[in-house]
Amino acid sequence: MAYISSGVACSHVPALGVASDSGISNDDYYGPIFKGFEFSKQWIAKEKPDVVFLVYNDHCTAFDARVIPTFALGCAGEYHPADEGWGPRPVPVVKGHRELSAHIAQLLILDSFDITIMNEMEVDHGLTVPLTMMYGQPDEWPCLVVPLAVNVVQYPAPLGSRCYALGKSIRKAINSFPEDLKVCVFGTGGMSHQLQHKRAGLINAEWDERFMNLLVNEPEKGASIEHIEYLREAGSEGIELVMWYVMRGALNEKIEEIHRFYHVPASNTAVGHMILENR
Amino acid sequence: MAIDKIYDDIPGTVVFDSDYATKGYHLNQFCISLRLAANRDAFKEDPEGYIDKFPMTPEQREAALNQEWNLLLELGGNIYYTSKLAAFHGINFQNLAGLMTGMGEDYRKMMLAGGRQIDGNRYKSEWDDQ
Repeated sequence: MAYISSGVACSHVPALGVASDSGISNDDYYGPIFKGFEFSKQWIAKEKPDVVFLVYNDHCTAFDARVIPTFALGCAGEYHPADEGWGPRPVPVVKGHRELSAHIAQLLILDSFDITIMNEMEVDHGLTVPLTMMYGQPDEWPCLVVPLAVNVVQYPAPLGSRCYALGKSIRKAINSFPEDLKVCVFGTGGMSHQLQHKRAGLINAEWDERFMNLLVNEPEKGASIEHIEYLREAGSEGIELVMWYVMRGALNEKIEEIHRFYHVPASNTAVGHMILENR
Repeated sequence: MAIDKIYDDIPGTVVFDSDYATKGYHLNQFCISLRLAANRDAFKEDPEGYIDKFPMTPEQREAALNQEWNLLLELGGNIYYTSKLAAFHGINFQNLAGLMTGMGEDYRKMMLAGGRQIDGNRYKSEWDDQ
């Protein structure tokens, strides 16, 4: 049977993809960030998940303003890195697991999560940057990926509590898939950041730390953080942290925090990263 | 009853909600069209002719042509979209933030020093006092 072994939380700052792709990930600016992921690369090489269930948001790439699904599940056999305006990132094509995706899609809808099914989808830095941070620059990604795109661009994003409940539903669905598969769930985005208008550059390290602590130890409480708190305390784009709660919901109540890394800044953003193992 | 926009008291922030999204639809679709090289070429060749394919308001059109980054957000633009127009002009996210905050080069220094602090930046009333 398939099972979930672990979760990874990880920012997906586009500049980190650029740094990796252009070979400047060791410089003074980016070096300390990539160093924070050295442990993670070793960890995932040992953990070897067969599938990464990757929760991320699309940045008007696969979905522009014409179509804005709140939750869109990738059900394709492969996902090509998209051209976001500078040509596609030079990273491997992301391979999917169609049968697992189809299984999850069906069970989620029967469990009252009316997701959108994506049989074709290009993926942007929101999905590929976390893979780069965890796996470096392989010729092929060493895992299959089931992407879940969450709308966090147009307000309102789904509630944290809803994301947490969706994670639990995803856990049930994965646990009932008959193939022997080890699954790691990635929750991406964050941490505190605001990219727009006069308050751009907002960082709230104290709040970010509290957020990570709640995520690990008191997820029910953390999942009930209201949108207004994200917007005010973590910045208008910090609200994408609700996606970490899809990951948290997919994990057991009892988990162990294996690794935590926090750094300011990457471009306009506080980078946060955690590895959580089911217990 | 109208939606209670409790986020309207956050300073220096435009929350891109349904009303802004409705207002900014054509503006945002114009911006995102510049993701593709062929469209960037067409816009470069004939800016006014290209932008007129998108039925935005005259105010939005002027703001887009004049690169008024904060005004674009106030008129319904979303940062993930307007950043594509910025990229067309060779302005990256961090430079764009420098322009929107009026800080220029000091913006990057602020980020290196830990970013904009939260204290004093939660409520519009805190900015009014300054």
